[in-house]
Amino acid sequence: MFRESVRRFANDVVAPKVREMDENEMMDPKVIEGLFERGLMGIEIPSELGGAESSFTSAILTIEELAKIDPSVSVMCDVHNTLVNTVVRKYGTKEQQEKYLPLLAQSKLGSFCLSEAASGSDAFALQTRAKKEGNYWNINGSKMWITNSYEAEIFLIFANIDPSKGYKGITCFLATRDMGIQIAKKEEKLGIRASSTCTLNFDDLKVPEENVIGGEGKGYKIAIEILNEGRIGIAAQMVGLAQGAFDKAVPYTYQRHQFGQPVGTFQGMAFSIAQAAIDLEAARLMTYNAARRRDEGKPFTKEAAMAKYFASVVAQKVSGQAIEWAGGIGFTRETGIEKFWRDSKIGAIYEGTSNIQLQTIARFIQKEYS
Amino acid sequence: MRPTSARLLNVLVPVKRCVDYAVKIRVNPDQKGIDLSVKHSMNPFDEIAVEEAVRLRGKLKDAVKSIKVLTVGPPKAAETLRTALAMGADSGIHVELPETAPSPEPLSIAKLIKASIEKQKEPIDLVIMGKQAIDDDAGQTGQMLAGLLGWSQATFASKVEVDETNKVALVTREIDGGLQEVRCKLPLVVTTDLRLNEPRYASLPNIMKAKKKPIEKFQPSDLGVDVTPILETIKITEPPKRIGGTKVESVDELVAKLKAAGITAV
Repeated sequence: MFRESVRRFANDVVAPKVREMDENEMMDPKVIEGLFERGLMGIEIPSELGGAESSFTSAILTIEELAKIDPSVSVMCDVHNTLVNTVVRKYGTKEQQEKYLPLLAQSKLGSFCLSEAASGSDAFALQTRAKKEGNYWNINGSKMWITNSYEAEIFLIFANIDPSKGYKGITCFLATRDMGIQIAKKEEKLGIRASSTCTLNFDDLKVPEENVIGGEGKGYKIAIEILNEGRIGIAAQMVGLAQGAFDKAVPYTYQRHQFGQPVGTFQGMAFSIAQAAIDLEAARLMTYNAARRRDEGKPFTKEAAMAKYFASVVAQKVSGQAIEWAGGIGFTRETGIEKFWRDSKIGAIYEGTSNIQLQTIARFIQKEYS
Repeated sequence: MRPTSARLLNVLVPVKRCVDYAVKIRVNPDQKGIDLSVKHSMNPFDEIAVEEAVRLRGKLKDAVKSIKVLTVGPPKAAETLRTALAMGADSGIHVELPETAPSPEPLSIAKLIKASIEKQKEPIDLVIMGKQAIDDDAGQTGQMLAGLLGWSQATFASKVEVDETNKVALVTREIDGGLQEVRCKLPLVVTTDLRLNEPRYASLPNIMKAKKKPIEKFQPSDLGVDVTPILETIKITEPPKRIGGTKVESVDELVAKLKAAGITAV
C-alpha cells in the first residue's frame, strides 16, 4: 500500500515534470514540496517529531519507486533520508533531534558535505578546518560535489578540528544556510541533471558549539557508518532506474511491428529482454537483502557494497539496452529512455566508486579466507 | 416537551476492491470472466467518496463524529479498507467472503450494507459511495440501498453541502440535461460522480497510523444475508476490434462517403 502511494505520487506529480527538470537542470520546488507533504522526507523519523516512523526498508522502497520515474528526485530523497536524517537521528543529542528532525521531516531539505576538490575516495584527507573561538566553531574551506545543496537549508559539514590528529580530528557540524554558507558553482552534468550538485565555500562560517553532532573527533566514524547505509539507498536508486528504463522500452517492443511481427517477439530481442530482467531481479534482491540485514542488526557492509556495485552495473547495462530495444525513438530525448542511461553513469561513481566497493568486498573476503 | 439532543453525524463509506483502472483487461478463454490475477485497487469513485467524507469532517469539524468504511470481499479486500483508513477514515468493517466466492451482486451488497448499518450501535446519518464500480459498471447499489432502507437518495453528486443542525443536505447532481440541485433530509445515501473532488494521496505518516485503526469483521451469515447470486453471466467478450478509417480530402467527399455508408441525415 505504501509502495503504491509513492508510485502514484511519482506518476502523477513527478512524471509530467521530468523532461523539463532535466532540460533546465533544475528541481521543481513543487516536487520537493510534494515529497514533504506526503511524509517522504521523514521516513524513519519518529512520529512525535513529525516523521512517518517507518523502517529503513520503507525508505529503500521509496527511493526505488521514485527512481523508476526520475533518478534525480530519487537521489534527493535518498541523501536527505539515509544520510542527513539518519546522522541526526543516530548521533544527535535529544536537543538537536528535537530542534532539527521536525524541520527535516516537514520542510527543510538537507545536504551531506564531505567531499572536496582534493578528497573524494580519499575522503578523510579533507582540508576544511574548524577552529574553536569562544562558543563558536569557525569553519573555513570548501566542499565539492554536494548533492541537494542548491535547495538545501540544513547542511552536515565535515571539518577537521585538529589536523595533527589526522582523521581523528574530523568532526561533523550541523549548519543552516543562514549561518552564511556560500553556494558557488552549480555543476552542469551528464545525468541526474535536476539534482543540484554544487561547490560550497565556507569563509569564516560561524557554527554554534551546540551544533557539533556526535562529539568532537567523531566525524570519521559517523561518515563511515552512514555511508554504509547510504550505499543501499544508491543500490535501490539504480534498481529503480533500471526498472524505469525497462518499463518504458519493453512495451514499445510489443507495439512496434517489423517484418510482420512485434520486434519484441524476435528471439534475439526476447532473450536480451529476459536476461535484462534476470539481472534486474538479482540486483533488486541483493538490495533488499542488504536492507534486511541492516534492519535485523546483522553486519551488512559487504552486502551493501555488493548491492551498490552490482546495481550500478545493471543500471548502466539495462538502460543502455533499453535505448537499443526502442531503436530510433530510444535515441530521442522525447521518450525519456536515453535519460535513464545518462543518469545511470553516476551509479559507478558516487557514494563510493566501483573500485572502492570492490576493494571493500575484497578486504572482507581476504579476512574470511586467509 | 424535551428538546431532541443534537446528535453528531456518523458517516459510512462503502468501498469496493476492483481491477485497477490502468490494467489491460483480458477475457478468459471460457468467456465467462476476465483475468483477475492483475493489479487491484479501490474503485476510483469510492476514493472520491472517502475523500468527500474526510473533507466533510474538515468543514464541519467535530460535528462529524465518525467516518466508517465498509467493504465486502475476500481477505485481500482488507488492503482497500486500510487505504481508506490512511486517507482519514476512523475505522473499518470487513464483511469477509471466501477467496473463491463469486463476485457478489449489487442487491446482495445493498442488503449487506443495510444489515451492517442496522448492527451499528449508533445510527448512520449519511452513506457516501461511488456511483458505480469500474468493473461491472452496474450503478445500482446506492439506489437499491436507499430503497431498502427507506432513505433519501442523491445520486451522481458533483457537490454536497451538509447542514448538520437541520439535518438536511443540499446536493448538486449531474444529469443528462445539466445540473440539478436537490434538498434531502438525512439520513441520506449519496453516490459520487467524477467531478465531486480530487482524492488526496495517503501520506506515509497516515499510512502508518492506519495500521492501528480498528477493523471489525463479519460473515454474511452474521448479518443474516444470503449472498447466493441470482444473476447468471452468459458471455463476456471484448468489444469488436476497430477497423481503420480513411482520410478524406474535402467536405464534399465526406458527405459522399457518409451517404454511401447509409447515413441518410446528411
